Amino acid sequence: MKNKQVLLGHGSGGSLSHDLISKLFVRHFDNPILKQQTDSALLNISSKHIAYTTDSYVVDPIFFPGGNIGKLAIAGTVNDLAVSGATPKYISCGFIIEEGFALDELETIVKTMAEEAQKAGVLIVTGDTKVVDRGKCDKVFINTSGIGVIDENQLEISSGKNIKIGDQIIINGSIGDHGMAILSARNELNIRAAIESDCACLNKMIGEVIKSGAQIKFMRDATRGGVATVLTELAIGSPYGIELDEVKLVVKETVRGMCEILGFDPLYVANEGKVIMIVAAEDSNKVMQILKSNEFGMEASIIGEIVDKHHGKGWVTTSIGGKRIIDMLAGEQLPRIC
Amino acid sequence: MKYIDEYRDRELVMELIEQIKKTSTKKITLMEVCGGHTMSIQKFGIPSLLPANIKLVSGPGCPVCVSSRKYIDQAVAYARLSDIIITTYGDLIRIPGSSTSLDEEKAKGADIRIVYSVLDALKIAEENPDKKIVFLGIGFETTAPSSAVGVLNAHKSGIKNFFLFSSHKIMPPAMEALIDEGVKIDGYIAPGHVSTITGSGIYKDISDIYKLGCVISGFEPVDLLRSILMLVRQLENNDPKVEIQYSRVVKPEGNLKAQQMLDEVFELQDEWWRGLGVLPNSGMKIRDKYREYDAVEMIPVVVEPTKEDKGCICGEILKGLKNPKDCKLFAKACTPSDPVGACMVSNEGACNAHFRFNRD
Repeated sequence: MKNKQVLLGHGSGGSLSHDLISKLFVRHFDNPILKQQTDSALLNISSKHIAYTTDSYVVDPIFFPGGNIGKLAIAGTVNDLAVSGATPKYISCGFIIEEGFALDELETIVKTMAEEAQKAGVLIVTGDTKVVDRGKCDKVFINTSGIGVIDENQLEISSGKNIKIGDQIIINGSIGDHGMAILSARNELNIRAAIESDCACLNKMIGEVIKSGAQIKFMRDATRGGVATVLTELAIGSPYGIELDEVKLVVKETVRGMCEILGFDPLYVANEGKVIMIVAAEDSNKVMQILKSNEFGMEASIIGEIVDKHHGKGWVTTSIGGKRIIDMLAGEQLPRIC
Repeated sequence: MKYIDEYRDRELVMELIEQIKKTSTKKITLMEVCGGHTMSIQKFGIPSLLPANIKLVSGPGCPVCVSSRKYIDQAVAYARLSDIIITTYGDLIRIPGSSTSLDEEKAKGADIRIVYSVLDALKIAEENPDKKIVFLGIGFETTAPSSAVGVLNAHKSGIKNFFLFSSHKIMPPAMEALIDEGVKIDGYIAPGHVSTITGSGIYKDISDIYKLGCVISGFEPVDLLRSILMLVRQLENNDPKVEIQYSRVVKPEGNLKAQQMLDEVFELQDEWWRGLGVLPNSGMKIRDKYREYDAVEMIPVVVEPTKEDKGCICGEILKGLKNPKDCKLFAKACTPSDPVGACMVSNEGACNAHFRFNRD
């Protein structure tokens, strides 16, 4: 790595984060499980398959339209387990709290976490609390870890090993909501838009899709770095290419408007309630039906396909019919988005 | 979305492509001067739709790309002074200087704040009376008026701790210099935002003396294709002239109020451009009258010796002589997350646009 300091971009979820993870953490913590670099680590304990994941939340502001840091902390970890094909079971949470933080705000956050956990059917079973001097952290930071159980048949979902040419790429709704909701909630921009974060636990919806027996080849939640980053990561080094159809992407008018003003591409903006599924072509209708009947999937759309050209890369057919590539997010788009 | 969707209409786009194909018989190269055009052209995949005889090349229209590395070095030097807060548009923060970038200085503790408007910088100045607020003023006729507003507002409200570090430039000298240097282009897709301020008169010499057509274009696909069609028609009829495609925004006389403010605050000086060298009367310097707001005059600072990167062909790319893919560093040693040249960093840079949208 060329940089001597950690930059905000190292936390973006894009190519700088990627570099930091592979060239520092994975290099030193080196082991075969970590090397998979999937959303959850897949463990085999006493011949049971366990998915295990962790995530920290530093979102600013801590309260935003559509949720708060607590909802995000539960949904993020639940979703990381769910997209690995696991059924989320147990969650831990660690709080780092700034001296002087209002107790009633903390209670609001904790209540939300309890509600979300209940909706998702997970138990918060252990936790930790640290308080630091005023100014040493910003209000509250939360870490959650989660454990889920995973069926033998779903073990390849997080690696995408079974992806074949012709598989369909599906997303459960509109993109860019979370990133633009956070940005509009910040005071530094004098833009007020009615955008709600899509932050939600997707495990029940994903569970239904898995239960249907549809062949799901890959799943990932399109958080930091957005849809483009997830699909680029998947394409790199693969014996196939990815083709997206821009027209099929659902982008809310308000989100689009804000992206236009600020020069963002919704494909790169963070989501907190969106899963990308790659499914066998013959099962795509079935999956779409299940998604569309769920409150978090009503705007589901088939956005692309796995193709036998431009291997290792993702391409988009633009709204006007032109072609361009997609890539990982470089640098920092929005710090402290989750 | 109103005012956007009708300019991204697929059928209309296809119709324009057909008309371009039908009208155009010559092999031509058109240069888009504005970085915003470059981005839009690549983002919508326009080159993949055009017939093979029409080539688009990017010109020197990305302000951070044409600015000297010394500008970044000097901004870094300011950032290292303990009584200074740097305020800047986000574009500049990751541009490599000779040994570091503002991004890295920020990580080391320098107070560098991204703002979306010069008014935010003025607010920071009011809130921090014991600090000097340096606003990095970069850009062409498009952003220069807002820097001028900064100076004029500071003057009006008696703010004494706001300083503009101007690297503002004007566009026409660069467009003329390119032709003087023998860069082979057949017409200009002229910048929409610059022209909104200046009006269309600034390109008159290019069409009258240099016999090159200029069509002032909007930023949506339909705008760009209409502009290309207008240039094709001019070339087929041997009738180079200045035309406004972006007439819903650009008026022939431009924005007179903004022009007055520019004239009030700035005077022209010779300025160095990456790839083009020193161009006479192409830079905007703060007039003596407003000297107290000029960072260069008021805040003495020692700047490290400037080192230009070897191997980076930004200069040639900015002149449209080379394509980003001709650079041996492109997508290898030089990427958006680990950039060598400014063209790879800026959202309007040709290398960045090609890397993000057209790397195959």
